[in-house]
Amino acid sequence: MAKKAIVGEKLGMTQVWDDDNVVVPVTVLGVSPARVVQLRTPERDGYSALQVTYGSRDARKLTKPLAGHYAAAGVDPGVRLVELRLEDVGEYQVGQELDAATFGPGELVDVTAISKGKGFAGVMKRHGFAGQGASHGAHRVHRMPGSIGQCATPARVFKGVRMAGRTGASQVTTLNLRVVQADPEAGVLLVRGAVPGPRGGLVLVRDAVKGRSAAQEGAA
Amino acid sequence: MKPTDLIDQSSLRDDVPDFAPGDTLKVHVKVVEGNKERVQVFQGVVIRRQGGGLQETFTVRKVSYGVGVERTFPVHSPIIDRIEVATRGDVRRAKLYYLRDRVGKAAKVKEKRD
Repeated sequence: MAKKAIVGEKLGMTQVWDDDNVVVPVTVLGVSPARVVQLRTPERDGYSALQVTYGSRDARKLTKPLAGHYAAAGVDPGVRLVELRLEDVGEYQVGQELDAATFGPGELVDVTAISKGKGFAGVMKRHGFAGQGASHGAHRVHRMPGSIGQCATPARVFKGVRMAGRTGASQVTTLNLRVVQADPEAGVLLVRGAVPGPRGGLVLVRDAVKGRSAAQEGAA
Repeated sequence: MKPTDLIDQSSLRDDVPDFAPGDTLKVHVKVVEGNKERVQVFQGVVIRRQGGGLQETFTVRKVSYGVGVERTFPVHSPIIDRIEVATRGDVRRAKLYYLRDRVGKAAKVKEKRD
């Protein structure tokens, strides 16, 4: 499980040049300092996580329960509360700030976000089916799935057969993206490659749970 | 302004001369050979300039030993040492793909006269 994480906003994609003058496609994530509001512990909550908030919100516009929650933590109210699941929250304290410096260049991270909604999509877009021929007598079946099963045995369609339907707008995690640049002053984190979701969408960044970067390998 | 523009600021070059399709350029390209770096000149006609901001690229075409060679560079690429405008061309379109089908004198671009 992840050891550290931050919350950010997808700002968009651009490119930078690395030391070898090779173009690196990057996604720019806006990371404003996140404030720890509550620690979730296995003893009390059954799991460990950091509850954090970021940005700022007018204290008068909070509901009383929410205002009380922030007051108990002694933290300025933020835009929303987000939980970051971590392996161990022992070394974190309520009120602590997390910024882009949590991650350094070269580190591998996983980025979680809600993907863009695609609406009701066919099987070609949704499941990558090949579709059918454009020619050879194909009649209005070009993007159809084809057969969805057998005949009298089993005389039904098996559960779980992939078909058309609502696509996207689901939680997606992209694994092992390399951090290109982390700038806590500007509040941005640049990661190599694409990140799920629309611009302006909320993203959660954690250290990679499956991969290890060369830098981390050397240290170990 | 897009939020990513701030990131792009640091990569943008401010020494890019004003040039357009039809112009003949001398692009001084940094070439790394082993651990040595030297500058090579790629001279030819700009046949295309596309994109915007940091993503803008241009394509230079030259005929080398009878073979057409086209090279596309990002305008703000750090491998470019400098760009020299040799001549200004008098052309009527933005993309000069018709030059690919021409050889010899027909492939020449008229020089702009002011």
